[in-house]
Amino acid sequence: MSAPAVEFRQITMRFGEKLAVRDIDLTIPRGAFCVLLGPSGGGKTTLLNILGGFLTPSQGQVLIDGQDVTGVPPAKRATTTVFQDYALFPHMSIAGNVGFGLKMRGVSGQERTRRVAAALEMVGLAETAERRTHELSGGQRQRVALARALVVEPAVLLLDEPLGALDLKLRRQMQEELKAIQKRVGTTFVHVTHDQEEAMAIGDEIVVMNHGAIEDKGPPERIYLKPASRFAANFMGDNNVIEGRVSAAVEGRVTVETALGAFTVDGQAEPGQTAALSLRPEHLQSGAGQGLITLGTARVLEAGFFGTHHQCTAQLEGLDSPLRLRLPQKQSPSRGDSLTLHVDPGDLVLLTG
Amino acid sequence: MHGSLRHLPAFLYAGLIYGFIFLPVAVLVLFSFQGSRVPVPPFDGPSLAWYRAVFADDRMMAALGNSVLVALVSSTLSVVLGFFAAYGLARHRIVLGGLVQGFLTAPLTVSYLIIAMGLLITFNTLGVPKSLITIGIGHVVINLPLCFAILYSQMGAHQAQVERAARDLGAREWQVLLLITVPMLWPALFASFFLAVTFSWDEFIIAFMVSRFEVTLPVEIWSMLRSGLNPETNAVGSFVFLISVALFVVLDMVLRRRRR
Repeated sequence: MSAPAVEFRQITMRFGEKLAVRDIDLTIPRGAFCVLLGPSGGGKTTLLNILGGFLTPSQGQVLIDGQDVTGVPPAKRATTTVFQDYALFPHMSIAGNVGFGLKMRGVSGQERTRRVAAALEMVGLAETAERRTHELSGGQRQRVALARALVVEPAVLLLDEPLGALDLKLRRQMQEELKAIQKRVGTTFVHVTHDQEEAMAIGDEIVVMNHGAIEDKGPPERIYLKPASRFAANFMGDNNVIEGRVSAAVEGRVTVETALGAFTVDGQAEPGQTAALSLRPEHLQSGAGQGLITLGTARVLEAGFFGTHHQCTAQLEGLDSPLRLRLPQKQSPSRGDSLTLHVDPGDLVLLTG
Repeated sequence: MHGSLRHLPAFLYAGLIYGFIFLPVAVLVLFSFQGSRVPVPPFDGPSLAWYRAVFADDRMMAALGNSVLVALVSSTLSVVLGFFAAYGLARHRIVLGGLVQGFLTAPLTVSYLIIAMGLLITFNTLGVPKSLITIGIGHVVINLPLCFAILYSQMGAHQAQVERAARDLGAREWQVLLLITVPMLWPALFASFFLAVTFSWDEFIIAFMVSRFEVTLPVEIWSMLRSGLNPETNAVGSFVFLISVALFVVLDMVLRRRRR
């Protein structure tokens, strides 16, 4: 049993003329917490619906635990879903909701009661078994939906923007709980969100999607620090992308000519092609230091205090658009200030896609 | 004092409207308790003699039984057919679905007289004898669109999502219908059934035109009225009215409980 939990092979989904996802090849290892991240219309929810069996792809195959399930309806798949609006059964008690999937599988009597109680215990709602869904808060309903989906021990749990309706504080708390529960049960989770902070907080593996295609996939740190495309660089956190042209490429080192000068970074590219450099706001520094190169003098356009840091935009001479900066908490920049910006060339990332 | 004077025209106006609407009914009910043979002032009751007469009248009681039977059977049929039509149209993409929906609700805009004439011609052409069955068919024709419209409006995106969740957890189609869709729609099913019963209960034109020997209560009352007003007609009229009010009260209670 070494087959991956989920495998998409050449999945394409058309709605009339519109291509919702195209040529997706994706493997999700067993026990992973995989996050499909992207803007709305990016194809992530379509891909989730194909995995859950709610949509049949126009082309391609879906495998769960090595079995081809492309044409198998949701009821017969080893997947369950936590829906965005929870979709709890309003006419049943909490225990009735959680026990529904077991009832459908013919689990009855004490066995069902025991498993329902265990599932409610896991999400911290052991006391609410006899209550009705409308008596619970949004966060509690979310937990019931999670318990209801997990109690049947699916091979893959699908989460369709499950935290979207919660307020920020509760969302952060639920992210931690989701992560902890996933580690405890070991089930493969596939989670859809458009919130990149949420993706980084919970995902072992992030799949960045846009226009129905995968832009980048990998662990959060890798995607943040070495994004594979311009889209991934911009979507995962704040970023500065400086356009340029490759002037030389030798043995895995590429020199890119930009409006700020020539920089040599790691990567593969053909001389003459257009390329860009990704420069994270927190990598721009106003003080000189060892190994840093000077980019030039910038004028602060706007500055705001964000608690852990100051967020600014500053216009650097020679650049068309302003740069985003993150300056230390104790430095208090104000509008009109002049800053000399420095950067460690090792922090620059080549973007060709 | 000043305030209540200012509101006087409003109170007068409201009083006139309510008087206009309810006075005839009040007079009808009042003179059903008349002591003598003619239901005109002066009132010389109260007496329950005419109610006793109604309940002792075999033809009247037969008509009452027919009315109840037609109302229950035709309403059940309307709800069941309306439910499946609504479920089909709300949950499946159907070729020309909009047109099908239009045809289903169109009878709501047609007058009962036209429907009755159409049914009469159809039954005559097909050689279907006039009976309680033809009345029942007529009442399904008028109530099915209503039940369909009520049930369809309740099968929105949220309910569809809940049904999806049930399928996702392993429920088969019949289990989704039986364990999710019907229980969730229970108030709407109940409301449309009661509304259908109410409309069938005092429907006259269709019942009159497509019936012959077995008639419903409104038709029986009408034939009684041809021989002139008497307190017995008032009594049976009051009875019909009372049942209608009771049905509406039950309906209202169901809808209220649901809103809570």
